[in-house]
Amino acid sequence: MADDRDREGTEIAVAEFHKKIKEAFEVFDHESNNTVDVREIGTIIRSLGCCPSEGELHDLIAEVEEEEPTGYIRFEKFLPVMTEVLLERRYRPIPEDILHRAFEVLDPAKRGFLSKEELIKYMTEVGERFSQEEMEEMLSAAIDPESNSIHYKDYITMMVVDEN
Amino acid sequence: MGCGTSSSMKDKKSEKALKAALVIQNWYRGHSAQLKTRQRYALTIFQSIEYADEQGQLELSNFFSFMLENYTRLLEEDSELVTHLFDSNIQDKDRQDYWVLIDVPDSYCGPRLQFPLTFTDIDLLIEAFKQQQILHAYYVLEVLFETKKLLQQMPNFTHIKTSPSKEITICGDLHGKLDDLFLIYYKNGLPSVSNPYVFNGDFVDRGKNSMEILMILFVSFLVYPNDLHLNRGNHEDFMMNMRYGFTNEVLHKYKLHGKKILQVLEDIYTWLPIGTIIDNEILVIHGGISESTDLNLLHRIERNKLKSVLMPPIPIDGDHATEKGNKVGTTITARGIRTNGSLSEQLTKHEWEQVIDILWSDPRGKRGCYPNTGRGGGCYFGPDITSKILNKYQLKMLIRSHECKPEGYEICHDGKVITVFSASNYYEEGSNRGAYIRVSSGTPPRFFQYQVTRATCLRPLYQRMNAVESRAIRMLKERMISQKTDLIRVFQLQDSSKSGKLSVGQWAFSMENILGLNLPWRSLSSHLVTTDKDGNIDYMSSFQDIHIQKPVKEVQSTLIETVYRYRSDLQIIFNVIDSNHSGLISMEEFRSIWKLFKSHYRVCVDDSQLDELTERMDLNKDGSIDFNEFLKAFYVVHKFDKLSKSDTKVA
Repeated sequence: MADDRDREGTEIAVAEFHKKIKEAFEVFDHESNNTVDVREIGTIIRSLGCCPSEGELHDLIAEVEEEEPTGYIRFEKFLPVMTEVLLERRYRPIPEDILHRAFEVLDPAKRGFLSKEELIKYMTEVGERFSQEEMEEMLSAAIDPESNSIHYKDYITMMVVDEN
Repeated sequence: MGCGTSSSMKDKKSEKALKAALVIQNWYRGHSAQLKTRQRYALTIFQSIEYADEQGQLELSNFFSFMLENYTRLLEEDSELVTHLFDSNIQDKDRQDYWVLIDVPDSYCGPRLQFPLTFTDIDLLIEAFKQQQILHAYYVLEVLFETKKLLQQMPNFTHIKTSPSKEITICGDLHGKLDDLFLIYYKNGLPSVSNPYVFNGDFVDRGKNSMEILMILFVSFLVYPNDLHLNRGNHEDFMMNMRYGFTNEVLHKYKLHGKKILQVLEDIYTWLPIGTIIDNEILVIHGGISESTDLNLLHRIERNKLKSVLMPPIPIDGDHATEKGNKVGTTITARGIRTNGSLSEQLTKHEWEQVIDILWSDPRGKRGCYPNTGRGGGCYFGPDITSKILNKYQLKMLIRSHECKPEGYEICHDGKVITVFSASNYYEEGSNRGAYIRVSSGTPPRFFQYQVTRATCLRPLYQRMNAVESRAIRMLKERMISQKTDLIRVFQLQDSSKSGKLSVGQWAFSMENILGLNLPWRSLSSHLVTTDKDGNIDYMSSFQDIHIQKPVKEVQSTLIETVYRYRSDLQIIFNVIDSNHSGLISMEEFRSIWKLFKSHYRVCVDDSQLDELTERMDLNKDGSIDFNEFLKAFYVVHKFDKLSKSDTKVA
């Protein structure tokens, strides 16, 4: 009995996930032929509330690509993989406090800010490095032009409010 | 030991830093993707509404056809109305001597053009327009008449040859965005014999400097007629201009001579070439093609007979107009009744459809050729159609415009179709880039992108996205309120328990059906309604912070809603009737039009209150209604908004 209800609940959830995924996919499907450019897959997955790392994203793309990569991803292949991701609640986004602590790690002197050079160094030389475009884009919103530094607490607050 | 410990401490430190960097990068990419998605959603909203509006425009043209077809009945019932509707000032149009009588006062400090024009006049105009000066009507008309004379000598399709040292630049829609034209001329150089251009239609409407764009383009054309090529777009059409803002711009900037300018423009549009063919390889047209596109026919037709692409040829006495000989008898044209006229005044239906396809079609991924239901005119054509038509005429590529693309251009159909769109920030600042293409024989096309900005420093992405997104949501909400009654009816039908709540699926389904907009409703729901903790939607919540201002309290909401929803159509209809542009129509005309309008649009509204409405609004001036004032009174109030009047003003 409980199993039946569970199954029905999952079925409804799956149906709703399918519709959500379809909507997100269609917005990037310019030619309305159920394919999107592989370079947009990351954006689509993230728009559905998931935050895979670049490495995890690579793996996902490998799963949904054709055997002989065409540069396009078909909806038929994307849907089942993405549904699993949503059902399993994989790649949950980073909570605000964790993000804040990450900035604090990079600011051991606890000044409350990072200099522009420091941020650039970490973002472009360490980890899953930023491209120049990404770096410029982040700086344009994060940097306080008077002090040429990033007051990360304010920055985070501003971005999070914006998201909601 | 000492070294070991400190190096392992360093390792730990860098490991922590690595983890921290990863967290920040991961978060940032997620955030950035969200912004990009919001931009796309906003664009989708703008585009759906824009195309739905274009459909409305075509619906309006059907209405005019309907009126014309019933003219005999009207003639008996109300000859006053018919004369008004069909009275044309054809005689006036060719009175070129009209403009020489216009006086340019000494106090005029705007640009003064010197005929015959030279490249210095192009510079002169650019400098003047940068300082927001307005070209005097005298010069405007002079330019227009000269342009018309020259255009009349141009064939329907201009054939151009390029060479490795002489590339040609192709620009797409500009839509009155003067800054974009400035940027293109600045980045790519002014037109000249060694720097030819093709401007692929839609120079006017929507942006606020359509007039200035036309002047610069026409003057450039007059100076370099063999190197500056203009193709007609679907907005080079007097009826589109009435809805999409150019008519208003002209009448506002040229209070005395605006009507004359509009008349001449009506004519000039019809003389604009249909397309260009480069190196016998590249076809450049504004919209697209259909499976029946016949380039040979299109080369031959008399293009100037197509007054408005929205006024199709009228069959006479049930027969279809034919090209075979002239039938003498009573002929109706959209803007004039003539007796003993000839059928050669208009194109055949087939010819007309060929041109519509060229100006209105859009490429899509699906194979085949389908009616363009988004816009209501032209078709959607697939990659197979592209191959078929290109092969038929031994062409290699189609370059077209007509659709706004986020990156300013887009390639599809295996590289055979390129869309180029040159109006950046078309919907809103930050909505999209503009682009232009440089081609020459033997080399692949080169793309150049840009985005104009009012400030010297671009606002950060998230601020731009906020602006784009809020504007899109506002527009969407206004659509919703204009169909509030229908929406509520459908919601309540599904809400059997009368709880005021629906599931997301039910709500999305209703929205799509009633509004006729194919949008990602689930993703947009957070902006439009409130959702409870179970994920159910409180469907009435959309209407709480927005309402249509009631000009008169006692009048029923449905009547108000209907007038609001059709306000653009009504304005155009009234404008066409008001042929002498007085701004007034009589009460009887108003009532007859409303009656016809209701029956054609199948609107079920109790209009017994219509009289009361107009009387109470006190717009009567000696038995006439000032219809602009009437329509302006119907606007949407956004309760929690700084701007209290809707941005989507009556065109």
